[in-house]
Parts: sequence; C-alpha cells; structure tokens
Amino acid sequence: MAKVPVQFTLNGEEKADFVDGGATLLKVLREKVGDTSAKAGCQQGTCGSCSVIIDGELRLSCLTLAETCGGAEIHTTGGLATDGVLHPLQRAFMDEFAAQCGFCTPGMIMAAKVLLDRNPNPSHEDVVEALSGNVCRCTGYEPIIRAVLTAARSNSQNAA
Amino acid sequence: MPLALKTCSTISEAGTALKEAGTRYLGGGTLVVRAANEGDVSVSTLVRSTDPALSSISIDGGRATIGASVTMSAVARHPGLSSIAKVAKAVGGPAIRNMATVGGNLFAASPYGDFTVALLALDATVHTTEGHLGAEEFLAGRDGRVVSAVSFDVPSAEQFRFVKISRIKPKGVSVLSIAALVENAGGKINGARIALGCMADRPIRAKAAEKALAGATLTEEGVAPAVAAIGEGTRPLTDAIASAWYRGEVLPVHFRRLLLE
Repeated sequence: MAKVPVQFTLNGEEKADFVDGGATLLKVLREKVGDTSAKAGCQQGTCGSCSVIIDGELRLSCLTLAETCGGAEIHTTGGLATDGVLHPLQRAFMDEFAAQCGFCTPGMIMAAKVLLDRNPNPSHEDVVEALSGNVCRCTGYEPIIRAVLTAARSNSQNAA
Repeated sequence: MPLALKTCSTISEAGTALKEAGTRYLGGGTLVVRAANEGDVSVSTLVRSTDPALSSISIDGGRATIGASVTMSAVARHPGLSSIAKVAKAVGGPAIRNMATVGGNLFAASPYGDFTVALLALDATVHTTEGHLGAEEFLAGRDGRVVSAVSFDVPSAEQFRFVKISRIKPKGVSVLSIAALVENAGGKINGARIALGCMADRPIRAKAAEKALAGATLTEEGVAPAVAAIGEGTRPLTDAIASAWYRGEVLPVHFRRLLLE
C-alpha cells in the first residue's frame, strides 16, 4: 500500500511524514512523530485517553485518520509545558492528586484545556460536562474536577 | 489490513466511488474508523467528500436543511436549532460531538443513533445522491447511497420532546431514547409523531401510541392508553447496557414522564 504524505503543525512545530493510508492520527503521533502523550486506550471512541486538540476543537485521535489532518494545527499534552515550566492544568493535577495511574490524564487535560480556553470560570457542572467523554478508573473523578477548577482559579489570579 | 482513503471533491464523485466493493463512506469516523480499529476487514477503502455544501446549515421559512457532514456540536450551537439542541448534546462526549455527523448518525446501529430518533419524529427528509426519501423509508433500507443532507420543519420547543436514558451520567450509551412531536391545540392533542431508539435494530415509530394520543389530553388519565400501547411492535435489543426485558419495562415509564413533564 502506497504511503501518503501528511503535513501538520504539532504544538507549534511543523511536522511532515509519509504515513500508511488509513493510519490513525494516534498511531502517527505515537509511532512516527514520537509524541506519546496521547494514549491508546480503547481505540473505540469510548475512553477519551487519545484526546487531542485539532484546530481548537477536542477530537479523538484514535478515530481520526492522519491523512485528514493535512494543514491542521494539533495540540497535545506533550506540548503544554514551556521551558520545563508546567502548564497551570498540569500543576493543578499534581496539587490535587488528580492522577493515580495517569493513563487518562493527558486526555483529561486536553478536554479541560478546551473548556478553560472558552470558559475561564467554569462551574462544577461545566467541568463534569467537559470531561464526560473521558473515563478514569482510579480517582472517582472528584480530584480531577477539583484540579480543573483550581487551574481556572490560578489562571484568573494570574490574569488579575 | 491497511486502509486507503479516497477524497472526492463532489458528492456525486463519492457516490460513484462507493459502488466499488469494500468501500465505506467516511463521515466523522466515529463509526467506520471504530469498526476498522476493532478489526473489521470488510472495508478496504474509505471514501469521503470535501464538498462544502455538506457542512452547511440553512434555515429557510422554518425548514432546516442540515448537510450530512455537519457535526453534532455545530447543530447544538446553531441559534436556529435550539429546540433540537438537546438531542445533539445527548450524543457522546464533547470530542465525539465534534466529530460525529448528522449523516453518519443515520447509519448508526442501535444502541447508537439517538439523533436519528429525533429526525424520525420530525418526519425529516433524507437527501441522497439517488433522490429524496422520508426518514422512515430511508431507515428501512439504509443502503449504500450517499446522504447529502437532511431537512425538516424546525419544531417549537413546546412541540418537541426528547429524552435519552443512560445509566452513566451525564454521558452514556442509550438504554433507550424517545422523541415526540406533539401538536397541542387548546389542551387536546391534535396529532403526534413518536420515535423510539434501542427498541429495535434501528429507530422506529410508535404508531399505536401515536394513534392512542390523537384527541387525548395531556393528563395522567388522558395519556394512559398511549402509555399502554407504547411497547407495541417493539423488538428491543439486549446488549451490555440493558436487556430487552429491561428496556421493555422502562419504556412506558419514561414515555409517560416525557408526556407529562
């Protein structure tokens, strides 16, 4: 099967590669580009651990064909920290003990990021809704919800 | 097995490409890429169309036309579609709603396809590469034609009722879903179209209950005959979410609540 050229921006960096036709973005990110922050969980669109942000919208990289991402701007949890300084969401996830095994964390953080980008002061209910496509089998969700609310507060303090 | 993706600039080109063996249409990917990930080897080529008409929503004289590639998120946030926004919001989580399309939902097997349940209640027209047909007729065949759009008269918030029952809150796969278009004139029901999800292998109409509602009042006694008839003709499925028995038992309960809410 012929390879297909794909070019996109990943966390602000241009990437170009030849991929198998029909390869998912998740597979290309993890196995070709080397960004393993998005996780391969169910690969059925149920668990949310592969969530990435494509052109500002939360998407599941396991159900997105890499070939359809030509020219897209993709963001993953792997690109959140700048010069070794963690993003407020990453910091809050640590402070609130929102990660246990950590497998769902990158997806949770991406889902939380699109929420906070649009709604800097979300309610508890807004956070529950925003994370409703992401499954966590460790924490019982409450620490994760607290972490997102904490990150929102620290963002608004920094802005003030 | 590697998949190939064929991108067509027009929908008619996609229609022609789909006539080849081993092809499936790629909408948002939440059904066909999922199937491929699960090991479905019946598909070797995915066909998609980048025709911009497929992604547009237009509302003209109270009738909405929604392109097949329009996502659930786009429906949910469209100001002219607020009366059916709750249906789009009931589909999946935020990421799924950013991907799943109106056209794809028409092909979703139970327990998925809640949006189509609403389209059936709204008596939507399905526009395809091979002509237009009613949602009910389309669902009976659901063959390989390419859907370009769906159109329906936008209901008022008062006319249109919808409920999706899931075991996981706020998001979960359907135990069942009910959509009802109820014409209420001076306390009496003029006519009703009721559609059910998960009560067969695809969304179906509840015609016996529709008939029983004609002329009834929206009171406990008034809706009782329709509630008693709601299960008629249903063949609910048994899956990991619920058994056929359970779905059959809770259907009248949720239908009654939906009418009296």
